[in-house]
Amino acid sequence: MAKKPVQFRLNGSEKAVFVDEGQNLLDVLRRGVGDLTPKYGCGQGTCGTCTVLIDGEPHLSCLTLAETIDGRQVSTTAGLARGSELHPLQAAFMDGFAAQCGYCTPGMLMAASALLERNPDPSREDIVEAISGNICRCTGYEPIINAILAAAKAGGARRYG
Amino acid sequence: MSIEFRKEYFADERDDNLNEVGKPTQRQDALGHVTGRSPYFDDHLFDGLLHIRCVRSPHHHARIRRIDTSEAERMPGVVRIITGKDVPHNLNTLLSLLDFGLDDEPLLSDKKVAYKGEPVAAVVAETERAARDAVAKVRVDWEELPAVFDVEDAVKPGAPVVNEVYPKNLFVYHGRYDHQKLRYGDVEAGFRQADRIIEGRYQMSPIEQAPTETCGAIAAPETNDRYVVYTSTQALFFSLDTTSKLLKTPSNRLHFIGGTVGGGFGGKVDSLHEPMAVLGTMLTGRPCKYIFDREEEMQVGAPRGAERWYLKDGVMNDGRIVARKFVGYFDSGAYTRLSSYAIIKGVGHLPGPYTIPNVYADVYCVFTNRTPATAMRGFGITGVDFAIEAHMDKVAHEVGLDPIELRILNAYRDGDMKAHRRLAKNTALIECCQVAAEKAKWPLSQAASQASSLRDGGGERGRLPAHTATDQNGLVSGFTAQSYAKKSRATQPSATPPPQMARHESAPVTPRVEQPRPQPVQPASAPPPPPAATEQRHTRFSSISGLRRR
Ligand code: FES
Ligand code: FES
Repeated sequence: MAKKPVQFRLNGSEKAVFVDEGQNLLDVLRRGVGDLTPKYGCGQGTCGTCTVLIDGEPHLSCLTLAETIDGRQVSTTAGLARGSELHPLQAAFMDGFAAQCGYCTPGMLMAASALLERNPDPSREDIVEAISGNICRCTGYEPIINAILAAAKAGGARRYG
Repeated sequence: MSIEFRKEYFADERDDNLNEVGKPTQRQDALGHVTGRSPYFDDHLFDGLLHIRCVRSPHHHARIRRIDTSEAERMPGVVRIITGKDVPHNLNTLLSLLDFGLDDEPLLSDKKVAYKGEPVAAVVAETERAARDAVAKVRVDWEELPAVFDVEDAVKPGAPVVNEVYPKNLFVYHGRYDHQKLRYGDVEAGFRQADRIIEGRYQMSPIEQAPTETCGAIAAPETNDRYVVYTSTQALFFSLDTTSKLLKTPSNRLHFIGGTVGGGFGGKVDSLHEPMAVLGTMLTGRPCKYIFDREEEMQVGAPRGAERWYLKDGVMNDGRIVARKFVGYFDSGAYTRLSSYAIIKGVGHLPGPYTIPNVYADVYCVFTNRTPATAMRGFGITGVDFAIEAHMDKVAHEVGLDPIELRILNAYRDGDMKAHRRLAKNTALIECCQVAAEKAKWPLSQAASQASSLRDGGGERGRLPAHTATDQNGLVSGFTAQSYAKKSRATQPSATPPPQMARHESAPVTPRVEQPRPQPVQPASAPPPPPAATEQRHTRFSSISGLRRR
């Protein structure tokens, strides 16, 4: 199978990989460039745990063809913190017990950070809408919604990556 | 109600000089979770990783005439195809590790499948896609068999035999009975004494745990002829020992690493992935990953099993329940996994948090051609609690009592004798009811709002019944009652030959086991005598198997 070269920025740094035809972005991020923060939960677009940002917009990386990201910016949870300083969303998720098993957390953080970029002062309904594509089996969602509200208050819209 | 309530309630039993209890404490893994650095099993990269996918039965019940892997073997990227004959000891039951139950489930079936999705072969390939393509090319010649899906149909004479280790489709308890029994007092006498009889039938569906991370494991060769295994298991030592047993490999050659589980809820104890991944690595010399995709997780992954319950209560017109009889059927699916244990747990819980002087239960662990069932959050208790509480509402309705008042009236209290012959302590049903009523602004009578778990228990209520009616219903023969552990010891993966199905057609029933069935005990004065039989001072009660042994 012919491999295709793909070049993109991941959390601000240049990446160049060869991808298979039909290979999905989740696989390329995890096994191609070793960013293990996006997770596999279903591979069919139903759980949201593979959510990453492409040019600032949330996308399901399991359903994104890797070859389509050539020349684009990809952001993942690996790029949220600034050094050892946590992003306000990360701090709020910790303080608010919004991560139990933690498996949905990277996808939730990505969906939430896209929301705060767009809308620094979201309502509860805005938050519910923004994470409606992300399944959490542990928390019952309330702690996650509250953490995102708290992060917004704490200035969660700061730019990163 | 706040934490203070409990502190107050158990004041004489607890040391409140604690630094952590009662205060929110950060999870030790929270930082890893929010930074995406927590190491789930699949977060380990290996060069040359191979992918395993299984060929699964499209039938609910079928004999395997032939498995033809020749075309699949020639597919690009295929490294190896594994079938049952490659598994060193291809028969297991999870609880054999806990001295309970007979080996009844192969890792890869080669004779018969008993549920849709049961694996019969595994393809090991360079990519997941190559594995999928090759799976589609494995030809299996099936002979379809009649299937049974209903627990009560499955125990009728002439029903298809789902699980050949248990030909009546019933798990055998203690080598003696086709069900787990509870006998306490005399329910028939209680029914005669009662003003009315109230019956109900309750059915619960199977429930999928649906963890966000699907079940899986990665195995890789390690130094010193060992294998390292990264796994999503919730039960690391179950998985380690099961792998050791199935592969006849000493556990000191298996280096298991787990602990970071992407949601489990009970669905990650079955230890199906670890042995397969290690076997793939043994046969290919390369790292192997075996993971359920989401469809497999939902369809093949073991759910909480369905339960059917029949309840019959003898009730006085004032609402006191004087006798309660249960007949329960757990749908274990095709194999035992953990259902037999769930029943032991459930029967210990009967008749729920109530003091009822006559209790009877026959609970069957039934094999059907459905997906095997396993653990899930309180399994063994939740299903029957649903039945009990639905029935309490029905009783309240029929005798014209407020449902909360009925519960308080019948609630167990400290010092009461439970049907499993232990004295109740730290009971709090009454207080729970009161708090629930208060929160719901539900008016209670003065008597109910002043009731207390600490008062009016014990005394007469703390005594064993003067007479317990026993019977030998459901006695089976052909199963040995001796400790199952002895057999599994013989299956240790040392030099001993692999044992066959541990069922002995003519083995005598050893009477030592189950012998101290509590007989009518004449109560002395309070406090009542300890409920357990005391003849065997040196034996220890195994709460899992119900076996007494040294
Ligand atoms: S893994 Fe992409 S949506 Fe579930
Ligand atoms: S924390 Fe476990 S799935 Fe959300």
